[in-house]
Amino acid sequence: MKQDVAQLRNRLRAAAAQVPHGLSFMEVCGTHTVAGFRTGLHAMLPANVKLLSGPGCPVCVTAQGDIDLMVDVALEAKVTFFTYGDMLKVPGTRGNLELARSRGAKIKVLYSTLDAVKYAQANPAEQVVLGAVGFETTTPATAVAILEAQKLDLANFSVLASHKVLLPALRALLDGGEVQVNGFLCPGHASIILGSNAFRPLVRDYGMPCVVAGFEADQMLAGMARLTEMVADALPELDNVYPQVVKPEGNRVAQAIIAKVFEPAPAKWRALGEIAGSGLRVRDAYAQFDAVRRFGLVAGDAPEPAGCRCGEVITGRCTPADCGLFGRKCTPLAPVGPCMVSSEGSCAAWFKYGRGSDNATTRRSAKEMVA
Amino acid sequence: MTVPPTILLGHGGGGQLMDQLLDEVVRPHIANEILGEGLDSGFVDLRSEVPDLGSRLALTIDGYVVTPWKFPGGDIGRIAISGTVNDLAVCGAKPLGIALGLILAEGFDTSALKEIMASIAATANEAGVKVITGDTKVVGRGQADGIYITTAGVGVCPSDYKVASTADTGDVLIINGHIADHGMAVMLTREMPHLKTPIKSDVAPLNGLIQHVLESGATVRFMRDATRAGLSGLAADLAHRYARRVVLEEKAIPVRRETRHAAEMLGLDVLDVANEGKVVMVVARDDADRVLKLMREHPLGEHAAIIGHLAEQQDGICELRTTSGGSRIVQKPYGEQLPRIC
Repeated sequence: MKQDVAQLRNRLRAAAAQVPHGLSFMEVCGTHTVAGFRTGLHAMLPANVKLLSGPGCPVCVTAQGDIDLMVDVALEAKVTFFTYGDMLKVPGTRGNLELARSRGAKIKVLYSTLDAVKYAQANPAEQVVLGAVGFETTTPATAVAILEAQKLDLANFSVLASHKVLLPALRALLDGGEVQVNGFLCPGHASIILGSNAFRPLVRDYGMPCVVAGFEADQMLAGMARLTEMVADALPELDNVYPQVVKPEGNRVAQAIIAKVFEPAPAKWRALGEIAGSGLRVRDAYAQFDAVRRFGLVAGDAPEPAGCRCGEVITGRCTPADCGLFGRKCTPLAPVGPCMVSSEGSCAAWFKYGRGSDNATTRRSAKEMVA
Repeated sequence: MTVPPTILLGHGGGGQLMDQLLDEVVRPHIANEILGEGLDSGFVDLRSEVPDLGSRLALTIDGYVVTPWKFPGGDIGRIAISGTVNDLAVCGAKPLGIALGLILAEGFDTSALKEIMASIAATANEAGVKVITGDTKVVGRGQADGIYITTAGVGVCPSDYKVASTADTGDVLIINGHIADHGMAVMLTREMPHLKTPIKSDVAPLNGLIQHVLESGATVRFMRDATRAGLSGLAADLAHRYARRVVLEEKAIPVRRETRHAAEMLGLDVLDVANEGKVVMVVARDDADRVLKLMREHPLGEHAAIIGHLAEQQDGICELRTTSGGSRIVQKPYGEQLPRIC
């Protein structure tokens, strides 16, 4: 049900007024990042409330070395490479998939993972590789594709997966101690699979307010109002303002499918480095569908681009405008860091929705510009 | 002898095979007395076509490469005529003649070409314009994707309409209907062919609608059709052009529910999605209601709406006042519209 935005703003303002200091909440979902800008949410927040973007954009957190692997595989002669649209522009150390496509790599934009399986079935002479990234929202679809390929006994289908698991990354952020946030606006989509209960450890172990929210302005405002009230009352809790969609236990079927095909593994995150248990590896039982093993791929050690502060941006330690490259050397047309690449990326969203369009507007917040 | 079911390389060779293709497939639908003269240029009799002939000739050209060539609500032929007619019409020019360039790939379906030619003819007829000259080439299989069309259009401007170089605070933006239908219809057909969707492309020649408005004498300062870069591209350009703040009211922008849902599903912003039958007019405030009424009288303007205005600030920014009461900047989309991951 649509809630009254004016009422929610008043509620948020009233709660924020009880807090004598600034409040920084973090959303950990690219869709929240985009929705926040698209709906003009930032212009509606009280002066002492900020919404930061965490490591929730799957494209943004994919390590350069993983991108290089995708480019290498896509350029293999017999390979047709399927991947999500916003992966095309992510720069690796040797260019991106869009460039590889212009050089002859056969790359197709993915709408459903099963399309890749069907394509493999229909084109037995080609090697079909699914370049899969994402959190719990996309992992089940990758797992289903592998199960389907097994059922069809396909010898020409494999997955180059750099799926990630959200919770270990959030724990790592908090353990690092460099991130000063007052609460998490938890992602509606990932929580459909994970269940809201998944965030309970953050409340229990770190005293961190957590609210699961949907993607409309009213839902995000409701979430921020709840978070602010928890801080004002000094009562950190887990709440779910998206209960019509997100259940406490999540989607057990999807969880089981993930567990059947994947096992926890360490993963490299862009800017965060390697985090134990934050990645997923294809289980040995499905090794034949793992592109890493099929093609004998080895991820190189790719240094972060010089001057790029994406790592700090996705951990809430700086805003895009604090980065010296933002809007100058790094724009959506010529992205340096991954946060500028995906339209979900916080730098791209800052740029697109009004925080850095040209000289006159760079570094001025949307709030100032439309005041 | 009839044309085989697929196009052969020889159909572009300029010989008898080509004559046969032109006679049996290309020309029949678009036949008219000018084309029938069979000369290397088509002639337009200016005095009989344009009684209030001004002193300016308008010339425009556009290439059409849409895949698939057919989609709900239209096809490449309808776009090829509409796009070029619209580029003339939004400059206040009356379209007089179209030059049609076809590039066909060897192996393209002859029956598809017939269908496209019929669509070109029907659309030209609807727009009241003739194809007066043309060219056909065939390239090897795999060198092009099916069919590419280029159309050039020539038109004349009646003496009294000129695109204004300035605009006033309070001038309003009026659009003739729902946005984003074309882009979503094509994308869904291309990427999700099995999905059933009621979304249809809005592709249409707008010269009739535009003429209807201009004839009233209302003060229309500027017109543009919101095509590939969507409404956001158009509005951002407008702000830049006038070095003025353009304010769009999200609530007022007509978007069909199904189109909005499809765009959301793919992570696209409806403002960035292409149209092929939408014109935005910048109109003096005093004439706004009149222009709105005129647009709504026309079948292609039934859902016309005032969607924004020019504000006082001279900063060249386009601002969107969102439905939820927020505010943000609108920029031109960057390039290829790619679906987002989740």
